[in-house]
This record gives sequence, C-alpha cells and structure tokens, in this order.
Amino acid sequence: MLGYTEKIKAIAGRLLKECAVDMVIGFRKGTLPMMNEPCFATTPEAVESLVWDSNCGINLANYLTDRKEKVAVVAKGCDSRNIVTHIIENKIKRDQLIIIGVPCSAMIDRRKISRMVAGEILEVSETEATIKVKTADAEALFDKAAVLQQNCALCTHRNPVIYDELVADPVAEQTDIDRYADIRDIEALSATEKRDYFDDLLQPCIRCYACRNACPLCYCPTCFVDESKPQWVGKGQDPIDVRIFHFLRAYHCAGRCTDCGACERACPVGINMRLLTRKLEKDCQEEFGWEAGLSLDQRPALDVYKTNDPETFIK
Amino acid sequence: MTLVKIDKQDWAEGLAAAAEAYRLYGPVKQKDYHQFKALDKGELPDLNLVNTRLSPKALLFPQSENMLEYSLDESREDHHIMKAVVRDLSPRAVIGIRPCDAKSTLLVRLNFDTPDVKDPYWLEAHEATTFIGLACDTPLSTCFCTAAGCGPYHEEGLDMLVMDRGDTYLAKILSDKGKAFAEAAGWTMNADDAAAFETGRQAAEGRIVATIESDNLAAADLLALHGAPFWDDIAFACINCGTCTFSCPTCWCFDIQDEVHGSAGVRMKNWDSCMFPIFTVHTTGHNPRSNKTQRVRQRFMHKLKYFVDKYDAGIMCVGCGRCVRQCPVNIDIRRVCAQMNRFKTADACAVQS
Repeated sequence: MLGYTEKIKAIAGRLLKECAVDMVIGFRKGTLPMMNEPCFATTPEAVESLVWDSNCGINLANYLTDRKEKVAVVAKGCDSRNIVTHIIENKIKRDQLIIIGVPCSAMIDRRKISRMVAGEILEVSETEATIKVKTADAEALFDKAAVLQQNCALCTHRNPVIYDELVADPVAEQTDIDRYADIRDIEALSATEKRDYFDDLLQPCIRCYACRNACPLCYCPTCFVDESKPQWVGKGQDPIDVRIFHFLRAYHCAGRCTDCGACERACPVGINMRLLTRKLEKDCQEEFGWEAGLSLDQRPALDVYKTNDPETFIK
Repeated sequence: MTLVKIDKQDWAEGLAAAAEAYRLYGPVKQKDYHQFKALDKGELPDLNLVNTRLSPKALLFPQSENMLEYSLDESREDHHIMKAVVRDLSPRAVIGIRPCDAKSTLLVRLNFDTPDVKDPYWLEAHEATTFIGLACDTPLSTCFCTAAGCGPYHEEGLDMLVMDRGDTYLAKILSDKGKAFAEAAGWTMNADDAAAFETGRQAAEGRIVATIESDNLAAADLLALHGAPFWDDIAFACINCGTCTFSCPTCWCFDIQDEVHGSAGVRMKNWDSCMFPIFTVHTTGHNPRSNKTQRVRQRFMHKLKYFVDKYDAGIMCVGCGRCVRQCPVNIDIRRVCAQMNRFKTADACAVQS
C-alpha cells in the first residue's frame, strides 16, 4: 500500500489534464497522527496533496451523493461497494464516475493504538506490516495486523468490486473469517441482559450524529430524528430517544451496510454502533444470502420480493 | 491573593469536609475518556488527565435542561400554566477544571449575560458554582491556549488555582468564593511560595507547541472574508455532525423544545449546532444556510470574525484543541484560522476578476 500515493497522484493528474473529470476526490494528509482529511482536487497541480496510507478509513462514497459533476473517486473495497449501492439507489450515475480502485490492506484503529501506548502519540509511521508509534519519550512498534480497525480485520472484500483504474494488483482476500462471533455472543444474551448491554453501549452518545453523517447510506433529505412535523423522536438526552435513533438508523442500513466502519471511526465518544448494523448484515446473509454492494445487477435484499424468501417469522 | 499549601495526604479529607457544604463535581474516567460529573460521596476527582472529552460547559449549560413544566390535565386548576422547574442551586464546586475551560466561562457569559437579556439558567448555575482549577503542566500537542488569550496557569474564571508540586498542592486563592471553599476544606496552611507559580507557568507555557494565528482577523474586511475563495476547500470534508460544537467549551447555541408525556409537559433547552441543516430552517421551509459550505463558514466566521468584531475580546476559542482532536475528518481550526488570518482582500478581487 506504500506506493499507492504516487500512483493515485499520477492517475488523478492524468484524468484532470485530459479533462476526463471535473474533480478528483481523495485524501490529503491530516494535521494529527493517524488522521487524513477527505479532499478534492480540480487541477493537475492540486493532486500533489493526495495521499494514501492506513489512515484513510473515512468512506469517500459519502462525498458522491447527488453530485452533478464528472468525478473521479479513490475507492478501497468497502467504498466501492457503497458506490455500487449509490448507483443502484440513484444517488450518482455510473457514467459520471471514474473509480480509482485501491486494493486495500486495511486501516489502523487509532483508538486502539492510543490505548496501547502511554502518553500522547506524536508521530506514527508505517511499513507494509508494521506500525511505529512515537510519544514524547518512547517508541513502540506494532504488527499492523494487531492494530487494525475491527471491520478491516473482518473484511472479506478488500479489493474494489467496481473500478475503472486500479492503482495496484489485487491483494489476497481474507478467507475463513468469522465475521459474527461477537454478534452471536449478544444474540445469546437474555432480553434483560441485552437491554443492559445496549444501555451501556449507547450511554456515552451525545447525539452529534457523526455516525449517521459519516455514513454513505444516510442521505435522506431530512432524517427521521430531525423531522419536526410530526416529530418522531425527542431531541433531548432521554436514553429511550437515544436508543431509538441508533436502532432505527441501523434498520435503515439493513441490507445496504458494507461494514466500512466509517460510523465507528467517526464517533467522538467511541461507541461501536457497528454491532447493530452487523447483526442486520448477518440476518440478511442468513435469511436472503445477501451481501450488499457486490453487483450492479441485483436489487438489495429488502428491495425485492422473491418467492423463496423465508417466511417462518409469519405466525 | 493568598497561597495555601495542601499536603496530598490531606486532599481527600479536605474534599470530604468541603462536601458537607458543597456538591462536588470533577473529572472521572468513564470507559475510555474523562468526563466531568457529580462526585459520589467519597469519590475523588481523577486529576491524572489532560482534557476531558467534552468540555465542562455542560455544568452551567447542560446538553438537555428542563426550564418549565406544565400539565395538560384540564381537571387541574393550574392546567396549561408554565411553571419554573425547581433546580438545585445549592453551592457546588468543580474540582480540577482546566484554566482553558474556566476562561471559556467568560466568553460564554458574553452571550448569556447581556444588558438586555440575562439567561437565569446559566447565571444562577454560575453563581452557585466555585471553580477550583488545576494548572496544566502536561499540555497536549494540540493545545494552543497561549495563542488564544489564556494559558496553562491562566486565572480568569477561576476561584482557586491549584498546582501540583509532587507531594503537595499549592493553591492560589483568587476570589471570595475560593476563600470560602478553602475554609470549608480546611486548607488554611499559608504558603509564601509565589515564585513557584511563576516558575510553573513559564515551564508549562514552554511546553505549548501549537499556536493559532489571529492577529489580522480584527482588521480583515468582513464581507471579503465571507466571500473568500477557500471555503469550499475547507468545508469539503465536513460531514456536518455536531462533534466540534458539542465538544467546544465556547459554543453556546441551543434549541427550545416542548415534550409531553401523557398530560405532563416540559419545555426544555437542548444544545443545538450550526453544523446541522435544520439549525436555520425557517417556518416557511426556507433555509438560508442550506448548503454545507455556508454552515462551515458560519462556524468559523462566528468564532474567528463576528465574535472578534462584536465583543473585542479576542477569538471565540480558548485553544483546548478538542475540536481538532475529535473532528472525524480532521478539519483543523488552526489551519482554517491561518487561512483566514493570511487572507488579503486583493486575493478575493483577483479570484473574482
């Protein structure tokens, strides 16, 4: 993944020079360790600021919604699956897009790394397999595999499923991944235990809606929590209202979520709301054999009726 | 000014004594982050922290606060009559607030305490509260308080400033409220080591590495800055969540909502955010700040230009760095402010022509 930056710059610069696109959407280096900032370039000179490393966890499909320009977008596996979903849901047209595919070797979890180190992290550098972290008075070296975002550790679609250019040869996909061990643990809880578990999970929520807003799936002109005529949900910190927001948002993502992890990454208080979306992902897989965003030719599971849909839940 | 010395062995006992007369609040680690909360009996504030995740502004300006209550039950004589919610305004003390967060109360006060309008909720809560500050000897790389009108040993907004000297604390009493708290805690061992504060301050200020450039903002042309060509670039990454405004100690906007359960209703005040599209939606449906760039520009222009022009009290920022650290997409106020500060009106003309 280390050579990707130069290739992305070269492709982006060429596309802009040839006027093949109006803008290129990618990342530029952040001002903090382990943070990059989504950005756009509209001139061949501006592509010099583009970067690619293990800190590009924000999903760039989120920046395509309802765009009118011709756009090139840098897309790792999960981003590409959300681009597929965007095209199916008419949020962008395929012929407006040039997808610069990035075979992804996973993003690192900045919170996990911060927890593993005493003191403030001042500098982070990486090789293909290691992450080196510097604080004011110490250095630590981690295996990259040990500090991945959980969604990346569980990912089975690291290569883009749709692209026009590819910045490198595809990477090997992970196999034999058990995506749902933690979900099964929660399923096994009693109703009371589940309630306590989710109360505790959601207790830190400040309703900033960073999870919703980082999500490419959440593009409703007015979200149900913002609607005031009628008002569906209270706007205070009542735990019931907080839960309704998270549970309903997760349901709105059922059969659409690619587990890109942008929601969890964006959360300022460290809530793993992916537990909710992954439960629904698991159900979609078990009930309908459905994985989101893999093909432009198939309607999403909750978008179609099939005669062999399971109906055991109808009593 | 009085200095008192507190043996760390007596710290817990002093707080326990003060708790007889004050409700105590302080930073406590919850899950991964420190937060200010009401301390349980015997619970000590955890002073081994740099910054709390959210600022302590919620102590005076809760995220969600009931102001009025009423009944819709027409069999009651007082139905549909709004009544003030009874609030606990007995004395309380916040232990371990950082000087930057304490300074922010002065900036927020400019909004809640004006000649025309006085917000009783904020003012009464402020009046009831004594702020015991903890000098900040280990600032983060994102702390730029010294460039934002305060500093790691800044005293404005505090009633007492405590510095950590290893086995002891040295406390500087800054107000009558601070004096009363010291007496309640039994912290009466006078010290005459004023030089220690000066030495501590200089050392701590020397550790501040970040800065914010704001010297040209007051003189900048407001409309030219508003029309500057960089706003789309600054705003692009923004996802319009409320993280920056909710974590900010100086953001003061709120929304008023009525909530009714059965026949019992409350009128409440909730934090609002200029990042949210519905913040400015008119009853007609028109939204004067309907796009993202307008909202992002509003936040930075408010903090770094409108506030500067209106109050002549510097920028609406104390340099705590929370928005920098917590923004999900790394929009950095230092970078934005530098662009605004370096902006020349001539640049705008060149772009427009």
